[in-house]
Amino acid sequence: MDKNEYTPVGELTYEQALAELEEIVTALESEELSLDNSMSLFERGESLARYCAGLLDQAELKVQQISGENLIDFETEDE
Amino acid sequence: MTQLTFFEPPIWSVTELTHHVHDLLASDDKLQDVWVQGEVSNFSRPTSGHLYFTMKDSACSLRCVMWKNAAMRQKFIPREGDNVEVHGSLNVYEAAGQYQLYADLIRPAGEGVLYREFVRLKARLEAEGLFAPERKRPIPRWPHRIGIVTSPTGAALRDILHTLTRRYPLVEVVLAPTQVQGDEAPAGIVTAIQALNRVVHPDVILVARGGGSIEDLWAFNDEGVARAIAASAAPVISGVGHETDFTIADFVSDLRAPTPTAAAELSTPDRADLLASLDDMSQRMGRAVQSVLNSQRWKLNRIESRLVLRSPQTRIHSDRQRLDDLARRVEAAFAHRLQVQRVHLTGLDAHLTALNPQSVLRRGYALVSLPDGRPVRSTSQVKPGDDLRIRVSDGQFAAQVRDASPDTRPSD
Repeated sequence: MDKNEYTPVGELTYEQALAELEEIVTALESEELSLDNSMSLFERGESLARYCAGLLDQAELKVQQISGENLIDFETEDE
Repeated sequence: MTQLTFFEPPIWSVTELTHHVHDLLASDDKLQDVWVQGEVSNFSRPTSGHLYFTMKDSACSLRCVMWKNAAMRQKFIPREGDNVEVHGSLNVYEAAGQYQLYADLIRPAGEGVLYREFVRLKARLEAEGLFAPERKRPIPRWPHRIGIVTSPTGAALRDILHTLTRRYPLVEVVLAPTQVQGDEAPAGIVTAIQALNRVVHPDVILVARGGGSIEDLWAFNDEGVARAIAASAAPVISGVGHETDFTIADFVSDLRAPTPTAAAELSTPDRADLLASLDDMSQRMGRAVQSVLNSQRWKLNRIESRLVLRSPQTRIHSDRQRLDDLARRVEAAFAHRLQVQRVHLTGLDAHLTALNPQSVLRRGYALVSLPDGRPVRSTSQVKPGDDLRIRVSDGQFAAQVRDASPDTRPSD
């Protein structure tokens, strides 16, 4: 994988990050890569995994509601 | 007398008669699968769990019993004075000589009408193909936005939001609030579904309502609601009522969930599973890199050990040794040759010395030559009177031939 093809991790959706991560794991396990490539792929893979875990660790759900043709924040009544 | 006997009616025992009545009732299929409508009275539910009551109308009454197992399954237990519809079979309680309705289902009166409507609409929409499995769209695996059609104040919304927060908090949620029962509900639900598709373009829509009676859920049997779900651009998951409730919305939706919570679960992946999978992938990467490192290290070790054998240091050392070796051999050989040469030369020297004309002359020999310088070797070269030059060891003089005589003996 060419370094020039790397999108910044923060711009990826969960789905995109996961797909790239799966490719990296497969490539690393094939053991056909040079040591240099392996190391740089490993770093990219770790940063993707951290990003995905970070997305999942959000405490709050973003909830809005429709008001006419617009969206406004939704306030729950309880808790 | 015998004739009288002919017309005498048989005399039954009580049991025989009762059995006869029992058989009569049992043989009538209509009575074995019957719905009866009436008002409840004398309702009792003793500790045995069985239900005993009477159904009556203006003229007649009917004793009813529902056994405990059936009673526990009922969603509705009537009270004194309720107008109900009861399903069951009619037969005789023989010990008391009492016919009664053995009930297996009780519902409020009027539900029958609703149910018939439901069945009719369902058949019609099904014939149109609205429930066809081919129409049902898959639910996206990684939703970015989820639309919810439900009451803003009901338990259904609370349950859904809790579930989504627990499972997949990175999804965005948009609520389209609406009444979910009453006369305005169907129009409100339709508007909500359409607004979500128009304004939000969600990846999936949840249509949800908590549990209730058939009347409470009736809005979700509305034809307009069914058509709005069918026409929705986003796939719809319905989660209406309890596990056993099936509304028309459930048949037309892309996926039916038994409850609102289940609808939320079906719409997203589970965070716990995802985190475990991420962890697993990290470990696999670590192991793979470790493996690459190890094999590189092994290769390096091999190269290193071969290098040691063939290192420049080593080579220079061994080359140097070779050179020394060669030098020694050359020297040795050279010395030998010198020696040989020396011997040879000494021999030559002696030889030369012996052959030196001066040495010969010194021994008393003379070199005789003609006036033109030619040496005289034979008597045939001269005759008496010829001039000769004679060279001896320390000079030369002239001489003349007197007479010449060849040796008769052959010369050496």
